[in-house]
Amino acid sequence: MRIEGRGRIDRTREVKFLFDGVVRAGHPGDTLASALMASGQMLMGRSFKYHRPRGVLTAGSEEPNALVITGHGGRAEPNRRATMVEIHDGLEARSQNRWPSLDFDILSLNDRFAPFLGAGFYYKTFMGPGKTWEKLFEPLIRGAAGLGALSGAPNAETYEKAWAFCDVLVIGGGPAGLMAALSAARAGADVILCEEDRDFGGRLLAEDEQVGGQPGADWAAALAAELAGMDNVRLMPRTTVTGAYDQGTYGALERSGQHLAEPGDLPRECFWRIVAKRAVLCAGALERHIAFRDNDRPGVMMAGALRAYLNRWGTVPGRQVAVFGNNDDAHRTARDMAAAGLEVVALVDSRHEAENLAGDVPFYPGWQVTRAHGGSALEAISLRAPDGGERRLAVQALGVSGGWNPTLHLTCHQGAKPLWDDRIAAFVPPEGAVPGLTSAGAARGSFSTAACLREGAEVGAEAAGALGYATTPAALPEAEDAPYRLRRLWAVEGKGRAWLDFQNDVTVKDVKQAAQENFRSVEHMKRYTTQGMATDQGKTSSVAALAILADVTGRAIPETGTTTFRPPYTPVAIAAMGAGGEGPGFAPRRLTTSHAASAARRAPMIEAGLWYRPSYFPQKGERDWQVACDREVRMVRNSVGICDVSTLGKIELQGPDVGRFLDFVYTNTFSTLKPGRVRYGLMLREDGFVMDDGTTARLDDNRWVMTTTTAAAGQVMRHLDWVHQALMPQLDLRFASVTEQWAQFAVAGPKSRELLDGLLDAPLGDFPFMACGPVSIGGIDARLFRISFSGEEAYEIAVPARYGASLFHELVKRAEALGGGPYGMEALNVLRIEKGHITHAEIHGRTTAFDCGFERMVSAQKDCIGKTMAARPGLTGPEREQMVGLRPVDGLGRLTAGAFLFNEGDPADRIHAQGYTTSACHSPTLGLPLALGFLRNGRARHGERVRMVDHLRGVETLCEVTDPVAYDPEGGRLRD
Amino acid sequence: MRITCPICGTRDRREFYYQGAAEALHRPDPEAGEDAWDAYLHLRDNPAGRTQDLWYHEAGCGCWLVVDRDTVTHEIYGATLVEARHAD
Ligand SMILES: [Zn+2]
Repeated sequence: MRIEGRGRIDRTREVKFLFDGVVRAGHPGDTLASALMASGQMLMGRSFKYHRPRGVLTAGSEEPNALVITGHGGRAEPNRRATMVEIHDGLEARSQNRWPSLDFDILSLNDRFAPFLGAGFYYKTFMGPGKTWEKLFEPLIRGAAGLGALSGAPNAETYEKAWAFCDVLVIGGGPAGLMAALSAARAGADVILCEEDRDFGGRLLAEDEQVGGQPGADWAAALAAELAGMDNVRLMPRTTVTGAYDQGTYGALERSGQHLAEPGDLPRECFWRIVAKRAVLCAGALERHIAFRDNDRPGVMMAGALRAYLNRWGTVPGRQVAVFGNNDDAHRTARDMAAAGLEVVALVDSRHEAENLAGDVPFYPGWQVTRAHGGSALEAISLRAPDGGERRLAVQALGVSGGWNPTLHLTCHQGAKPLWDDRIAAFVPPEGAVPGLTSAGAARGSFSTAACLREGAEVGAEAAGALGYATTPAALPEAEDAPYRLRRLWAVEGKGRAWLDFQNDVTVKDVKQAAQENFRSVEHMKRYTTQGMATDQGKTSSVAALAILADVTGRAIPETGTTTFRPPYTPVAIAAMGAGGEGPGFAPRRLTTSHAASAARRAPMIEAGLWYRPSYFPQKGERDWQVACDREVRMVRNSVGICDVSTLGKIELQGPDVGRFLDFVYTNTFSTLKPGRVRYGLMLREDGFVMDDGTTARLDDNRWVMTTTTAAAGQVMRHLDWVHQALMPQLDLRFASVTEQWAQFAVAGPKSRELLDGLLDAPLGDFPFMACGPVSIGGIDARLFRISFSGEEAYEIAVPARYGASLFHELVKRAEALGGGPYGMEALNVLRIEKGHITHAEIHGRTTAFDCGFERMVSAQKDCIGKTMAARPGLTGPEREQMVGLRPVDGLGRLTAGAFLFNEGDPADRIHAQGYTTSACHSPTLGLPLALGFLRNGRARHGERVRMVDHLRGVETLCEVTDPVAYDPEGGRLRD
Repeated sequence: MRITCPICGTRDRREFYYQGAAEALHRPDPEAGEDAWDAYLHLRDNPAGRTQDLWYHEAGCGCWLVVDRDTVTHEIYGATLVEARHAD
């Protein structure tokens, strides 16, 4: 119900929203929780395990009970806290974890079986024997347990991630945070102030108190407006700082557009990484519950929340209100309720010596609330007098306060444990545990408004001062400075279930049972009972739970310890952290300059690292890829084919010492290479295995260009940088990746020369195999290399990337006129298998130069990376699996890559494996299947037969072992 | 985690490629023998505390760095260019 004249909502306007399909109304400024409470809906959820009816407990992000699903379909988001959902027109919210409805939930029957579902229930029962468990009970229990469900549809919302940098990050915009931001900003520091709420002010928004002679909320709004006007301050409302990471990096989640009926182009949420030289934690404190029988009935709330709903939103659960606390602060709730004209039926303070600070209300010092009555709404409470007498009072709302816990979570995110402060019976931050982060105000255990203002001003000035800014702390406004007095009370003695963790349904008895079963460590108790393991991470319950554990195990609280605080402070959607990373955003797409032309020819694309390359270029009437591939292979063998090879890594090296450098990174010698010539080279890793291969051309005395495989381009660049900077910094050279700068095309086939002669501005003249040199095409300077991966006479022609598309067009047109055309990756692969050329299928990280038949490429005249270790025993010799060619004995059988090789007559099992295949294809040139593989002592076994067995695909083929080069072994075709 | 590159300034760790212990800087002579090469390539300490390791500023200047840091506290004491160290 609403209370006239209270609250900071805009009553002149109405907001319509749906809750469980029924239209409800609230006002701008309402949260879903406050609007539901105002419309009389206190039942807001069902608990995780027992499906007990639950109402809203808090007014903040620590809320364990009031969890809802908002939106529908791909926009649905489960487990949102109704206390954090700002209502807007068109908002759709549904209660969750109930069936068929919130009021009538069949699974609330679980509550009747509670004796069987206590602590350790999951561990005990899921080990249960027999089919009945597996087939019946386990699925039932699993189905019943849980919170909100995902829609199953892809997320239709957009998310963002962003970086921010500042001198001083202020976490929390209450009285301490506002003063900290003001002090740091006035000193000149760049300040970011993050506030989880939509408004600045923190507890001042929830209290009826004066700051600097005006209502606290007004003072906060005025100060926030002043800060907003400063150039060096960035205010970030609706932003929860969720984690403290190394070197001053903080994670923060901003609810960017989620609170708007029409968010426009705003994302739903933005995940920020804020890098701050200093940070100030002013995150306030969270009130804690007291456990007593059925203390989870809807209408039982935190005392501070109860008055927050009254003071900020002008709403209460009912007219008759009681308050139960163990500290002075709880009295404020009774005072505010009475002042608002509500009937305060009891102010129960467990302390005998307590004085009534609430004015003219029935006061019960030394009494305790023993039970809440009612089902889906609170109807009455039972009180017990110090002498044991009982009394029952009808109420619709009960505010409970077991004291306040500083919100210190971030200070423990790097592994530190909080410190116990007996004075306030709470944990306080371990100062210095996160370098550069200090805390102030309630987050440090200083609870009065005056203390918050003072500490905030001091710490803000200190943070700016540490960065060299001259500071004078901001003047302090006058404010409440009441002492914080309490006597600890965690649980009221008595029968029945007294609840601690509302979200995971953990009772006092569960904690005691865990201790009895010897789960005495707080970490064990937590896992055994699931205390604090729900989405709220036990914010309102964990301290009480470990205090009870301490009691039953006869230890003090500091000795019992706490569980570990880890980020995030509140749940963060993976969609926000990974914003932009789904679908095409998962990885960058690298497209060649011929991409559009290939796509226009409907070439299916295959991913090569980040690159997209055409598989084949289908022609009319070709029924599958194999037909197209065979045609493209024959085209290269008989006329001329064009292939975009720009994806190969290209590294340009300049300087007088390039030759010496290459001698060290390649196994073979490059310093002897003449200008205008190209050489094939092999690179090893330092452990002796092959890293990559490719060609390097010497363009002139001091200028070289290296190619790497597409896959290893990044790795080779990193490796060259390493070798130069770490091992040979005295060499005079520089190099840079130019992969993106040059478009390069293979022109391969017997008619390649004819094509080039028509294309180049000047006749090519004598240009032997492995020559390179400058050429001109239509006035454009280009580079020509006579190299061949196909085994035919072939050239690669490189132009600045901006001319790539037009050159590809021209090359294909000329090739087609000669009976050729473009070819794709499939044909490229067949051509190279026919020629026995290796790719990363063969140099897969476990093969050596010896294995690949390149041992003569390891120069004996010089040292090189990997040379020493390649000579290790075991890396050469007949026991090694050596590269061979394979073909079916009958010329027909299927060959596959990744199959194992066995001697004829041996069983096809692991210990008899003689090797494996790495590449396989159908060779249209030879008219039979071919494979490359590695076979033990393979080079000595040409002509022998081995059995290829592919266990995975169920293929078995008897093969003949051959030289890897199946086509034109003398190489006449590429030289002549 | 943030590393201060001597060339580029303080950058997020996502810009860097992690390699391993800085021992890789001390490549043995080819004739140093099996034990020296085995130690160089394979044997690594696993320090709880201060350590020096190699990072490559791959999304930055392309420099290899020796980063001096603490595996327990995560404190980073500094980073130097491997090229500069060699000159010493
Ligand atoms: Zn750098």
